[in-house]
Amino acid sequence: MADTARKTLLDPLIDNNPVTLQILGICSALAVTTTLATALVMSLLLTVVLMLSNASISLIRRHLPRSIRIIVQITIIASLVIVADQVLKAYAYEMSKRLSVFVGLIITNCIVLGRAEAFATKNGVGPSLLDGLGNGLGYSLILVLVGTIRELFGSGTLLGYEVLALASEGGWYRPIGLLLLPPSAFFIIGLLIWAIRTWKTAQVEEPEYRVRAAE
Amino acid sequence: MPSEGKRGGPGLLRRLRDLPNDSPAKTILVALAVCLVCSAVVASTAVLLRPLQLANQEQERQRHILEIVERLPGIAELFETAAVRQVDAQVVELATGATVRAIDPAKYDQRKAAKDPRTSVAIPPERDIAGLKRRARYATVFLVRKDDEIALIILPVHGAGYASTLYGYLALEGDANTVVALSFFEHAETPGLGAGVDDLAWRDQWQSKQVRDEAGRLRIAVAEGRVDPADPAALYQVDGLSGATRTGQGVTSLLRFWLGEDGFGPFLRRIQSLRE
Repeated sequence: MADTARKTLLDPLIDNNPVTLQILGICSALAVTTTLATALVMSLLLTVVLMLSNASISLIRRHLPRSIRIIVQITIIASLVIVADQVLKAYAYEMSKRLSVFVGLIITNCIVLGRAEAFATKNGVGPSLLDGLGNGLGYSLILVLVGTIRELFGSGTLLGYEVLALASEGGWYRPIGLLLLPPSAFFIIGLLIWAIRTWKTAQVEEPEYRVRAAE
Repeated sequence: MPSEGKRGGPGLLRRLRDLPNDSPAKTILVALAVCLVCSAVVASTAVLLRPLQLANQEQERQRHILEIVERLPGIAELFETAAVRQVDAQVVELATGATVRAIDPAKYDQRKAAKDPRTSVAIPPERDIAGLKRRARYATVFLVRKDDEIALIILPVHGAGYASTLYGYLALEGDANTVVALSFFEHAETPGLGAGVDDLAWRDQWQSKQVRDEAGRLRIAVAEGRVDPADPAALYQVDGLSGATRTGQGVTSLLRFWLGEDGFGPFLRRIQSLRE
């Protein structure tokens, strides 16, 4: 039992990571990772929403009519996201302004609906919570990594503190402007996927077709 | 405690609960129940947190006005020596530029007024460069006086950027033509790109830019790319934000709208004529 629990929690970190293996949640991974602080807050919000949505959907899983199950799940997820957004606006106004629309977009983050449909509708509340936490952490891991790389080399700071002395202020470091633009997150995530699949060869996908030698 | 009705209750609930999941009755019941619970949760959070959120917004607005006021040279001494009453909020009728004493600036909400057909006017599409559709008839401006002469004019401005509407304040010197500062207190432009309107270095560039040229034409603008200091247009322009051309265009348009005839044009002319 403890073994399954550990697997539920730890599998989504590397072996079944929602971002690098399932390629979900890419939109927010591109948008909020210009600084580490926004990446951290976004990770926290997504993890909390994912755990709560998994738990509440698991709670009503035995009474979910098949025909309307997706819309019921989305309704629950949307309500949780609105609550999270409102709380952020009330207690961390500055941060809510920096994350702007991307908090609301958690509703359309495929990780949340994916876990609800694939796990929470088939498992109890406890495992569902754990699954939410695991996937939230898997997403957070990638966001924090990308956010660290982008802020450090794009602005020379980490969490707003200067790490690399900027040339514009008399230091030596010239920031790479590209890292502040969304495409750079694509490149970083792509390189991460490459690195992980080189390390864990089981994740390499079968080619869809093979080029046959000419007869 | 259990009454006749209550005793019937659990029995009914149990019967409803035990309906087959895919029956139409159960489907409607589950849909209703989910909607009810979700709307209750969302509504109560919104209502409970509303005062905190409003306080945050108000704080943000005041911080920006204060920041603008502090940029004026010599303002610190002025505030130390003079009474606090030196900052004068006025409600101005935009069409005529006249001050309307009948409306209390503390209670007037320009944003709300812009939505109400009774307190706003439609802007003809060809003149609606800031993408507003309607504007309020009245606006609240702030005047800071020094030795009875207007030293600083603070105007509320807003307009469409790339991803959102930008709300901010523009501060002009007493000549109504020299910019002291431009600061946006609310927008949702793309983080890292259009959100660069918040950068201090970019905002600093606005200081001492001119709104109109000698001939009276509106020249103030956000350039596309860098401004060459040798170019005569540098007197009116600040650097563009890289990767955010449309935010820059939005800022140019909203400034030109609010400084033009549909905005504070008449009011600024009145201030200038008072000065002469």
